Amino acid sequence: MDVIILQILNGLDKGSAYALIALGLTLIFGTLGVVNFAHGALFMLGAFCAVTLNRLLTLSFTTVDETRTDFLGNPAKVETPYVEAWFGPEVGGWMIEWSVPLAILFAIPIMAIIGLVMERGLIKHFYKRPHADQILVTFGLAIVLQEIIKFYYGANPIPTPAPDAFKGSFDFGVLLGFDPLTIMYPYWRLVYFLFAMVVIGAVFAFLQFTTFGMVVRAGMADRETVGLLGINIDRRFTIMFAIAAIVAGLAGVMYTPILSPNYHMGMDFLVLSFVVVVVGGMGSLPGAVLSGFLLGILQSFASMPQVIAVLPGINQIIIYLVAIVILLTRPRGLMGRKGVMEE
Amino acid sequence: MLGLDRRDLTLFIVVLLLALFAPFLLNPFPADSALAQFNAGYPDLMQRFVIFGIFAIGFNILFGLTGYLSFGHAAFLGVGSYAGVWMMKLLTMNVIPAILISVLFAGLLSLLIGWISLRRSGIYFAILTLAFAQMCYALAYSVLTPITGGETGLQLNLDDPRILGVSQTAEGNIPVPHLFGLEMNQTWDLAMGGWEFTFSAGYYLAAVVMLASFYLAIRLFRSPFGMMLRAVKSNQQRMNYTGLNSRPYTLAAFVISGMYAGLAGGLMVSMDPLAGAERMIWTASGEVVLMTILGGAGTLIGPVLGAGLIKYLENILSKINKGVLEQWFAFMPDGIDSFLVTIVYPFVGKGWHLTLGIIFMLVVIFLPGGLVEGAQRIGRLFRRERKPAAPEDPEHHPKPQPHVGE
Repeated sequence: MDVIILQILNGLDKGSAYALIALGLTLIFGTLGVVNFAHGALFMLGAFCAVTLNRLLTLSFTTVDETRTDFLGNPAKVETPYVEAWFGPEVGGWMIEWSVPLAILFAIPIMAIIGLVMERGLIKHFYKRPHADQILVTFGLAIVLQEIIKFYYGANPIPTPAPDAFKGSFDFGVLLGFDPLTIMYPYWRLVYFLFAMVVIGAVFAFLQFTTFGMVVRAGMADRETVGLLGINIDRRFTIMFAIAAIVAGLAGVMYTPILSPNYHMGMDFLVLSFVVVVVGGMGSLPGAVLSGFLLGILQSFASMPQVIAVLPGINQIIIYLVAIVILLTRPRGLMGRKGVMEE
Repeated sequence: MLGLDRRDLTLFIVVLLLALFAPFLLNPFPADSALAQFNAGYPDLMQRFVIFGIFAIGFNILFGLTGYLSFGHAAFLGVGSYAGVWMMKLLTMNVIPAILISVLFAGLLSLLIGWISLRRSGIYFAILTLAFAQMCYALAYSVLTPITGGETGLQLNLDDPRILGVSQTAEGNIPVPHLFGLEMNQTWDLAMGGWEFTFSAGYYLAAVVMLASFYLAIRLFRSPFGMMLRAVKSNQQRMNYTGLNSRPYTLAAFVISGMYAGLAGGLMVSMDPLAGAERMIWTASGEVVLMTILGGAGTLIGPVLGAGLIKYLENILSKINKGVLEQWFAFMPDGIDSFLVTIVYPFVGKGWHLTLGIIFMLVVIFLPGGLVEGAQRIGRLFRRERKPAAPEDPEHHPKPQPHVGE
C-alpha cells in the first residue's frame, strides 16, 4: 500500500507539468484551431524567466572591506547584491531566496506579452492554413526560441534552488498512519502539485464563471455564430492564447527547482504533452488535465524497479504505448468530443 | 528514353551531370584563397548531400504525394544504420549486403509502423509516427543496448566474426568498408592551377545509388500508382466513395519511403561504419521534414535541393567563428566592425540552428511550395511580360491545373 501511494505521489509533479502544458495546448487548439508545436518552448521560456529574475536579483557590486583580509592578506572584496543594499540585507536576502516564487509575478506579464506577440504576429496568419503548415511553422519557431535561449544562457542546465523553507523532504506517511520514513516526499513537489491545482482551478473557474469565459466557451462551440452576434471573438481568442502562454510559463517557472532549466527542456516536454493531449481527447480541457495526471502517475509506476525487472525499458516507452493503444481503440481519446479533428 | 518524357529526361540528365561533376562544381574557389572555406567539394560533405538527398526523396514520396506528415522517419534511418553495421560485424565488409539488409529492416519496421499509424490521418498520424519513433529511440538508448550499443553507439570491433571477410587486417586494424575491393574511403586528388579536386569512391557509389533512387522516384511520380497517391492528398473521402480503398496505396507509399530512409542509413554506414541512437531522435525526423519543405514538397527536384542546402548551411555556417567574422569585417571602420560581428555572431558557428529555424519559418510563411515554387514564381514574372494572361472565364470551365509534381 505504501509503495502504491509513494508512486502516485512521485507521479504527481510530472503529471502536474504535463497537465498544465496540455491544458494550454488544448486551450489553443480549442479556441484557435491551431496545433502549437512551440508550446514546449513557452514552458522553457517560463523556466528561464525564473533564471533571469534570479540573476537580476543577485546582480551585485563589489566593495573593499578594509577590516577583513582574504587568504592572500589583501583587503577582502565583498560582493553585495543591489537588492540587499536597497532594501536592507533582510528583505533583500529574502527576495533572493524566494526568487522562484517571486518569478511568478515576473513571468506573468512577460509570458502574456510573448503570447500576444506570437499570436498577432504569426499564428493569426495560419488560421486557415492546413494543420501541417501550422505544425511546421510553430516547429520552426520552437527551434528559433530555443536557439536564442541557448545563445544567451549557454547549453548547460542552470540550477535554480527552491526557497530554504521548502528544501528537503517531509514524512508524508505519518499523516496517513504509516510507519515513519516509509513515504518521504520533497516539499517542493507538493508545492508544485498544489500550485498546479490552483492554476488549473483558476483557468476552469475563469472559463466557467465569468462572462468573458462564457463567450469564449460559446466561441469554441460555434465561432461563426458568436461572431455574427457582434462579438469580437478573435480578440478574445487572442487573449486566451496569452492565457495559455501564461499557464505554460508558470508551469516552467515553478518546475525549475525540480529540473534545472536547459534550452531543450521544452522540446522534451512538448512531445509528451502532445501525447497527453491526444490521450485526453483533442479539444477537451478536463481530458487534458486528467490524462496529464494519469500518464504522470503511470510513468512513475512503470519506473518501479519491480516493474522494470519484469519488463525492462517499460518506463521509457509506457506513455507512447498507451497513446498508441488509445489512438487505435478510442480515436477521440478519453474525453474527446465528437467532430473535433475528424475531417 | 528510359520511359521518361522529355521534361523528366532533361531533369534527370541535369541531376546526373550535377552529381557526376559535383567535385568540380562544389569547389569553385582555389584552395588557398580566402573563399576556400565556402567550398563544399570534399568527400564527407558530398556524401552527406547525396545520402540526405535520398532520405528526402523518400520522405517526399510519402509527404509530397499523399500529404501524410510523418514525424518519425528518422527511426527507419536509424534502424537501417544498425542493421548495416551488424551486417559488417557478422558477415562481410562489402557494402552491398549491408545496404540490402538496411533497406530490408527499414522496410519491415515501416510496414509495422505504417500498418498501425495509417489508421489515423492528419495530426493524429503525425503524433502516432512521432510516438513510434520516440519509442524506438528510447529502446535503442536503454533496453536494446546489447544490440544497439546504447549511448556509445554501435561500432566495429577487432574481434567481430565477419564470416566472409577478415576480422582484422594484416596490420591489426579494423577493415574498411569496400565494394568488391574498392575501398569506400579511397580518394584521388587532382590539382589544376590553384584548384584541388577530390574524387572519392564512396561519394560516387552514393551518387549512383542516389541517381537510381531519383529515377525510381520519377517513374513513381508519373505512374498510375503516383496518381492514386495524389488522389489521396487531394480528396481521400471522394476517392473512397468511388469504391477505392486508399489504405494499400498509402501503406505502400509509407513502406517505400521507409525503405528509402533505410537505404540512406545503409549508405551512411558504408561511408562510416558506426551507428548511434541520436540518428533516431525526433529532431532528426524534423530535419528531413525541413529539407523536403525547404526544397518544395511534392516536387521531384525539391527534396534534393533542400537536403543539399541544409547540409551545406550546416557545414559552412557552423565552421564560421568569431575570428573569421572579425577577419571579414576588418575593412570596416573600428566601431562598426565589432558591431557587425556582434550582430552576425549569434547566427553562425554553434548558433547555425537559429539561422536554419528562421529560414524555415520564412519558407513556410511566404513560400509554402519551397525553393521550387520560388523559382517558378520568378520564372513566371519574366514570362508574363511576353504573354498576356489567360482571359477571364465567366462560364467556369475547368482549368487545367498544374500537377503537384511539376
